Amino acid sequence: MGVAPQGLELTRDYRSLAGGRTAARRARGPESPRWGVTLLFLAPAGLLLLVFLVYPALYTVLLSFNRGRNGIFEKWVGLDNYTRLFADPDFINLSTFPPSGALWNNLLWIVFYVSIVIFLGLIIAVVAARVRYESVVKAIVFIPMSIAATALAVIWKFVYSPDANIGLLNAILGSVGVAPISWLGDPGIVNFALIGVGIWGSVGFATVILSAAVKSIPAEVIESARVEGATERQIFFRMILPMVSLPMSVLAVTLVVNVIKLFDLIYVMTRGGPGTSSQVIAFTMFIQAFEAGQYGYGSAVAVTMLVLLVPILIFNVRRFRTSSVT
Amino acid sequence: MSVLAGGVVHARPTPAGRIVAALNRTVIHVGLALIGLIWLVPTLGLLVTSFRPRSDIQSTGWWDIFNLHLTAENYRQVLEAQGMLQAFANTVFIAVPSTLLPLGICALAAYAFSWMRFPFRDTLFLIVVGLLMVPVQVAFIPVLTGFRELVPGLELTKGYGAVWLAHTAFALPFGIFLLRNFFITLPPDMIEAARIDGASDAWIFRKIVVPVSVPAIAAYGIFQFLWVWNDLLMALVFVQDASKFPMTRAIQNLLSQYGTEWHLLAAGAFLLMIVPLIVFFSLQRYFVQGLLAGSIK
Repeated sequence: MGVAPQGLELTRDYRSLAGGRTAARRARGPESPRWGVTLLFLAPAGLLLLVFLVYPALYTVLLSFNRGRNGIFEKWVGLDNYTRLFADPDFINLSTFPPSGALWNNLLWIVFYVSIVIFLGLIIAVVAARVRYESVVKAIVFIPMSIAATALAVIWKFVYSPDANIGLLNAILGSVGVAPISWLGDPGIVNFALIGVGIWGSVGFATVILSAAVKSIPAEVIESARVEGATERQIFFRMILPMVSLPMSVLAVTLVVNVIKLFDLIYVMTRGGPGTSSQVIAFTMFIQAFEAGQYGYGSAVAVTMLVLLVPILIFNVRRFRTSSVT
Repeated sequence: MSVLAGGVVHARPTPAGRIVAALNRTVIHVGLALIGLIWLVPTLGLLVTSFRPRSDIQSTGWWDIFNLHLTAENYRQVLEAQGMLQAFANTVFIAVPSTLLPLGICALAAYAFSWMRFPFRDTLFLIVVGLLMVPVQVAFIPVLTGFRELVPGLELTKGYGAVWLAHTAFALPFGIFLLRNFFITLPPDMIEAARIDGASDAWIFRKIVVPVSVPAIAAYGIFQFLWVWNDLLMALVFVQDASKFPMTRAIQNLLSQYGTEWHLLAAGAFLLMIVPLIVFFSLQRYFVQGLLAGSIK
């Protein structure tokens, strides 16, 4: 994954002409390092990362074992914050059916949002490739990607309005005689209504990524398969699907990360409500730390987020190390 | 194709087959039109609403186009009375430094990771890749409170200092990763030749690497700019002075105060969307490239 540089092909030719790797290795740095210069290039990034990311992350991990009122270390409480967190029914409640809580809602998001975004993205990418106005379709589904989650929230609060004179969805239901549904007010519906907005916002992204992957299959190959009498279904399942499985897995990882970091949309649309029924983990962290002032407890939530992301972190580092570090 | 070898029926275009094909095409066109509608109508509805008088909004739906009176009054009201003009300026004031700072800092570091030699270079770069996944949440509390303990009297959140620095710092892992991956594809001989001629790293960076990397830098810049423009979370945490709130916070405040005043909300939401939409339509290619590359963020 990377910005497609226009000069890439040219670059590769150039490199092979000039003796390839040896030249590359020589050019990657003079034999005697000039420390001062190297440090000047790295210092701004290094300092900011240390001060604003590495040090705070360690601080937060430590604070999660402290009562941490006012965000400072005052009383060590061991694993207390974590045992309280996982006993909190607003965070995870497996004793009811269906289960509930912020962590469970994140799971709902992962299951429905990720799978439906990829599914719709692939369908639109494949189908739109067969019409002349493909770029228009892709642009239209891509527009929400440029819009702030805050604006998405306003757009969809409007569509979901329980007032049939304002909310399009209830107006449509009303025209076929169905009573208005409180999409964002019913604890059993709200998460799916929110996931719907998330899907609407992200399908364009999936479409563009998967469309590029579908396009990488030479048209002649598909055409000759068609001439030989392969059905569309065979072409889809046996040619297109295997070709897009790698970009699809990268896309899935990205969408899962999106879900774990999901905050703005929930905060603006429902503030976690009605009650606590649409909270997600990033929302819980914000509320516990900054509205309830429970910094130690909030730190435990932040660390839980970090722990959820660690497998993906390892996956990325592994993928990167095997692919491109020279 | 060997995968298709078994059981392939050779199709010949028969009249019936042609009808089936035409039907298939109709299904495709109808399906795509439906998708187009679903992805356009919600935004369009809010756009129409933002130009309708308040009394109309309360009595009929925006789709009642036979009863359409348009007015710019909502925009005037939200810009002046609700302070959205100030919020717009605040958003610009937050977004511009939060884009330029990481661009410069990332380009420098990415150059070092691509074309300079120093110990543990690859290990350090892998750490940067790892930091990509660290959620911003882990930095909130220490940056807000821990720093106050360390440096008494430091009130970064009163102004824009905290939000600029936080946006910059959190942009770094991704920006360095992206630009390094681009810089490394530049022809080594170009750099080598300049070095043999005695050019310094600063000169090579400014006169060779940056100019030929404009597409990548632009794509990253646009991505970062829209990221900051659209952000609510960092502004909630790091901007404490109400007169400095960006548009995302102003709209969130509007919603909690006037949750059903759709004439204000619709106009406010469009003011927030207008710049990203202009960027999207005018710089679509760079924008899509930036987002595709940003997919690992």
